[in-house]
Amino acid sequence: MLNKYPLWKTLMVLFIVAFGALFALPNIYGKDPAVQISGLRGVEVNLASLDNVKSQLTAGNVSFLSIVLDNDQLLVRFTDTEQQLRARDLLDENLGDKYSVALNLTPATPAWLASVGGTPMKLGLDLSGGVSFLMEVNMNEAIVKAQDGLVGDFRTDLRSEKIRYRSVKKSNDSIHVKFRNAEDMTAAHDFLKKRYRGFLMTDNASNLTLSAKMTDQKLKEIREYALQQNITIIRNRVNELGVAEPLVQRQGKKHIIIELPGVQDTAKAKEILNATATIEFRLVDTEGDLTAALNGRIPASSKLLYERDGTPVLLKKRVMLTGDHIVDASSSFDEYSRPQVNISLDSAGGGKMSSGTKSNIGKPMATVFIEYKPTDRKNAEGDTIFEKIEEVISVATIQARLGKSFRITGAGSQSEAHNLALLLRAGALVAPIQIVEERTVGPTLGAENVRLGFEAIMMGFGAVFVFMMIYYRAFGVVANLALGANLILIIGVMSLIPGVALSLPGMAGIVLTVGMAVDANVLIFERIREEIREGKSIQQSIHQGYDAAFSTIIDANITTLIAALILYAIGTGPIKGFAITLSIGIITSMFTAVIGTRAVVNAVWGGKRLDKLPI
Amino acid sequence: MQILKLKETIAFMDYRRGAMIFSIILMLASVFSLATNKLSLGLDFTGGTLIEVGFENRADLTKIRQILDSNGFDDAVVQLYGSSRDVVIRLAEREGVKVEMLGNEVISALEKGTGQAMQMRRIEFVGGSVGDDLAEQGGLAMLTALICILVYVAFRFEWRFALGSVFALFHDVLLTLGLFSVLKLEFDLTVLAAILAVIGYSLNDTIVVSDRIRENFRKIREGEPAEIINISLTQTLSRTFITSITTLLVLAALFFRGGELIHGFATALLFGVFVGTYSSIYVASAVALGFGISKEDLIPEVIEKEGSDQEEMTP
Repeated sequence: MLNKYPLWKTLMVLFIVAFGALFALPNIYGKDPAVQISGLRGVEVNLASLDNVKSQLTAGNVSFLSIVLDNDQLLVRFTDTEQQLRARDLLDENLGDKYSVALNLTPATPAWLASVGGTPMKLGLDLSGGVSFLMEVNMNEAIVKAQDGLVGDFRTDLRSEKIRYRSVKKSNDSIHVKFRNAEDMTAAHDFLKKRYRGFLMTDNASNLTLSAKMTDQKLKEIREYALQQNITIIRNRVNELGVAEPLVQRQGKKHIIIELPGVQDTAKAKEILNATATIEFRLVDTEGDLTAALNGRIPASSKLLYERDGTPVLLKKRVMLTGDHIVDASSSFDEYSRPQVNISLDSAGGGKMSSGTKSNIGKPMATVFIEYKPTDRKNAEGDTIFEKIEEVISVATIQARLGKSFRITGAGSQSEAHNLALLLRAGALVAPIQIVEERTVGPTLGAENVRLGFEAIMMGFGAVFVFMMIYYRAFGVVANLALGANLILIIGVMSLIPGVALSLPGMAGIVLTVGMAVDANVLIFERIREEIREGKSIQQSIHQGYDAAFSTIIDANITTLIAALILYAIGTGPIKGFAITLSIGIITSMFTAVIGTRAVVNAVWGGKRLDKLPI
Repeated sequence: MQILKLKETIAFMDYRRGAMIFSIILMLASVFSLATNKLSLGLDFTGGTLIEVGFENRADLTKIRQILDSNGFDDAVVQLYGSSRDVVIRLAEREGVKVEMLGNEVISALEKGTGQAMQMRRIEFVGGSVGDDLAEQGGLAMLTALICILVYVAFRFEWRFALGSVFALFHDVLLTLGLFSVLKLEFDLTVLAAILAVIGYSLNDTIVVSDRIRENFRKIREGEPAEIINISLTQTLSRTFITSITTLLVLAALFFRGGELIHGFATALLFGVFVGTYSSIYVASAVALGFGISKEDLIPEVIEKEGSDQEEMTP
């Protein structure tokens, strides 16, 4: 029993700690306050804009560290936030709305460190300041929409298969198709079964109705799709806001978390996030009788909608094109200086538009703007009920066969056209969403939290340090080395994993790990003392101490890890941060407290004939 | 250095009846308090709006209440938060008012009324349904944690230890909840996190003790189960104390220096560490003993293997 580690094991310990230290290093350099300038809607940021920004800052008496043009973005670094804020206001005012000017914290990591992938830890909103939203996707609406689409598809498919039917209707989660005779029903059953998956089809011979019920799997798919689509669209919208390092993440089955660090003015952010809008193009029903429709006799194939000023318009029910084919939209002015919205479609949308308009040249086409607004009412499951608001924003005569790109005029003022374009560009939502939780943290509170958390870590660390040194003497120093290495490893790992942010509870987690990590060493050291008291030789005692304590340490840590993982699974934001630091801390502490201290103990006291141990 | 120099085995288990009565009284008191006082649930669970503002000078709460009253926020709860200049205003969920407006409205009303410059420190809005979901999820999380741990400990040790440790955890969680209810401290998400951390800590302690009991059952041939448990507890007592001290040291740092936002967190853990240490000695071991843990339960069955009587060949 020599208590000697093979060289590779010692080297491995050194290597891992050095590795952790390397990735923890960027945190020492910290972050510079910066302003990030990027062009909006095709405007390019180039060397000319760099000179422009530079001269404006100099003229405005704002001192800055550096200006770099990188990735079509300008990044201006400052020494303090005061200069940063002044520069933002100055540039915001002078650059106009063709550029987005966003506040940013840019790592001040040296180039060599950044090139190996070193970045400082991200700070959670409670430390950096900013706003976070939790949004809920209205799943019922997603399913209703999917059914509406299916009703149309069933009709078209049955017609093209020349299967005669009486009606196609939806109810709850089923679609009912009525037939004139049993042969048609059987033919339709065979045909639809092959074509549509995810339905349970049942025939009812007595009233000649075929019912297609969505399976649970199908419903789940629809919900999943609605959530994913919302996330994608929100990402786009958030990018429109020009916020540095935003986070958009799913949470559970119907929620989405959005974090916008540094944002203080939440009203604007919410306006864009909360508005759920889509657009539909429909033909105007010119044959229908508008007066009759106003009296309640609306033709079966038509729908009565109103313009903003209250003018009624009778529209065909059939939708020519839906908003999900829109790939880009921008606002500009037409030749008479009227605001207009330019729309580009994807190729499928272009095809639909083209075939829809070719036989209707000279007829009026309406653009319908559909918005979902949350109401105060709730349904039985406690979800908010959304009100669907449909509004005709323009009726224009189709001048020619429309293709992949066209324009709409008459959307109102220039700013309304601009807003509409923004919403259209962000795409059309399958299901409406609503903010159910919102937290704003001011920048001073954030900075204060960082200071407090840091102080608490240092104080806790110091107290444990002193205590261990007094109580276990030289072995206490070894435990303290392990504690230091553990702290470095936690910070290194947290910097290395993308998407992990340090929060105030996360800092508390680090403090707690410091206190609990020494437990492993206490277990080992107490065991060694016991073995020595029992009269075993020094080397045997060290060996026994580590051996006997090992399984206890593993068991104790695994159970704590279970609690931490469960916390991670249910927690949001800061609590997740706590669970993450706790989990990382548990794993790294097992390494440093058992393998790490053993390496030091073996190197210093191992393999020698000793009468006493400084423990 | 050594704090405890124990020559004799302490007869912990002799006092287990007294300890059990003590625990049961505390648990009943907690249940009673939870039933009558309830928990003062924080915004995370109840839903509503919370606005924290920092004044330049001392905040006059009576005046703030008056100003809010006259501006139509008559349901506002106004409290000092941490210092005499920081004020927290809580509003119940209201219909038809946009949250972004609410925060600004309150701040501008206060600015006008007090004539003091102030700073928005944070605004939080939580929808009612989110809070309900969370309360359900939180309860579920604790239950899942307890079951997972029960399974793990039963698998690694023995079902009596598993029952003992889960009983101890239940005891700790209940008493911590009871403390929050008696002192009317706010129970928010960070406190829930702290309670799960208490579960982790208390378990840590229980496992260390159980591990030693198992080892001693195998090692010491003679002796009653109660005596072996006493020996094990005495042997691990030193470690239990040291770890509690280091943990309490860091928690004290959090409690005094961590700021108002994690005060509840630190309080729950400080109390939890005390209760956890006590319960790993008295609740976990006593329950295992009560269920009749014995030597036979812990000594692994010896499986006769061919050649096992021969000396082992080591390369």
